[in-house]
Amino acid sequence: MRISCPYCGERDRREFYYLGDAVYLDRPDRDAGAVAWDDYLHNRDNPAGITTDLWQHTPCGAWVKVTRDTTTHAISATAPVRDMS
Amino acid sequence: MGFSGFQVIKEALLGQKGWAPMWRDPEPKAEYDIVIIGGGGHGLATAFYLAKEHGLTNIAVLEKGYLGGGNVGRNTTIVRANYMLPGNSEFYSHSLKLWEGMEQELNYNVMHSQRGLINLFHSDGQRDAFVRRGNAMINQGDDAVLLDTDSVRDLLPYLDFENVRFPIYGGLLHPRGGTARHDAVAWGYARGADQRGVDLIQNCEVTSIDVTAGRVTGVQTTRGAIRAKKVAMVTAGRSGRVAAMAGIRLPIESHILQAFVTEGLKPCIDHVISFGMGHFYISQSDKGGLVFGGDLDFYASYAARGNLPMKEHVMEAAMTLMPMIGKARVLRSWGGIMDMTPDGSPIIDKTGIEGLYLDCGWCYGGFKAVPGSGFSFAHLIATDRHHEPAAKFRLDRFKTGVGLMDEESTGSQHNLH
Repeated sequence: MRISCPYCGERDRREFYYLGDAVYLDRPDRDAGAVAWDDYLHNRDNPAGITTDLWQHTPCGAWVKVTRDTTTHAISATAPVRDMS
Repeated sequence: MGFSGFQVIKEALLGQKGWAPMWRDPEPKAEYDIVIIGGGGHGLATAFYLAKEHGLTNIAVLEKGYLGGGNVGRNTTIVRANYMLPGNSEFYSHSLKLWEGMEQELNYNVMHSQRGLINLFHSDGQRDAFVRRGNAMINQGDDAVLLDTDSVRDLLPYLDFENVRFPIYGGLLHPRGGTARHDAVAWGYARGADQRGVDLIQNCEVTSIDVTAGRVTGVQTTRGAIRAKKVAMVTAGRSGRVAAMAGIRLPIESHILQAFVTEGLKPCIDHVISFGMGHFYISQSDKGGLVFGGDLDFYASYAARGNLPMKEHVMEAAMTLMPMIGKARVLRSWGGIMDMTPDGSPIIDKTGIEGLYLDCGWCYGGFKAVPGSGFSFAHLIATDRHHEPAAKFRLDRFKTGVGLMDEESTGSQHNLH
């Protein structure tokens, strides 16, 4: 599998570290309560199909939001996370 | 029909004309007391123990494909009880005892072979960790023997003991560990459940779960609606998708795990061996193929196929540990869909919906758990009380943080197990 880093271009999957579902971008308030934090940290939609998740391109350090199909490994889009905050 | 030596001889003399199909192929009824979603090892074992231990037989097992066509038909077949943490330790110990009586209980040859499992270590620190694990296994009542280098050499003379980077300091031997014929386990439980009156319904995919006023009332399937007083979800890598039909989000991410088989060879590897300095473990099947695997590809996937980086890692580890393996040719590889929990330990619990039960999160270790999971899940469904050896496999442990079972001590987070 090859993933496109927004800064470096298409690179081998070995250069990327997988963090998990892009739900990690929606951090709850610190007082949001156990249910919200459980949803954020543990519970997942776990789709068989299109998903978005977070990968880090380790050589350049950029965090990348990847849109891909979990049933085919096809990647349809990548975007830098820094533009999303 | 019972299987026996007498039966084999009789059929040989009568032209093999007396064998009957091992289970019926019934049409689904309109209503059952219990519907089990998933006809894999765990689902079939659950149905068997519901019938045998609790006398409940008005049960249907719904399987979207064919019986045993998922992970129970595609795994590296290792059976062991070498866990350390409370919760896992007593569960796998109980499961191994069920394995040891399985063939008699089912009247079915599952080719359970307690050939011994050896976890190698390659440093003083690893030795200490395995001494601790071995003591935990002995405290649980199971068996563990610490081997020094010479003892390992007696058993496994073909390893590269003088490897400059990863010398072998010894190994932890679990003599009751071993392998079994994976398909036969599913078939044996299927036959046992069918003989007791359970309906095994294949090519029947559940498309939605009916819930009324917080209580499950049945399922919709590709073969019509089926009402049920209780519904049990046992769908491994598909757990998240099935639970979503009931509006439940699970602490599960589905990942790929790859494994490999070589062409058939003369007997050369007598045990189950795991390398301590790279993710690699191996055994030899009764057909002669070397069966080996590695770690996850480490990203969410339902594709059922893996990538080259982990293939390379596994082959490199294999060549490092046992250079003789370079002569063998890989016949096939596959990628299974693993239901990964954040702490790497399973879930057997009720859900927030009355009458809906959950058995999932077996990660990459579900095969050895088949009898224990079926036994404990059946107990929960039948009595609404947790079975003691599986009482710590709670769904809410992630929310509360109490009772996490992180066997690898890497942290309770989805991408770490």
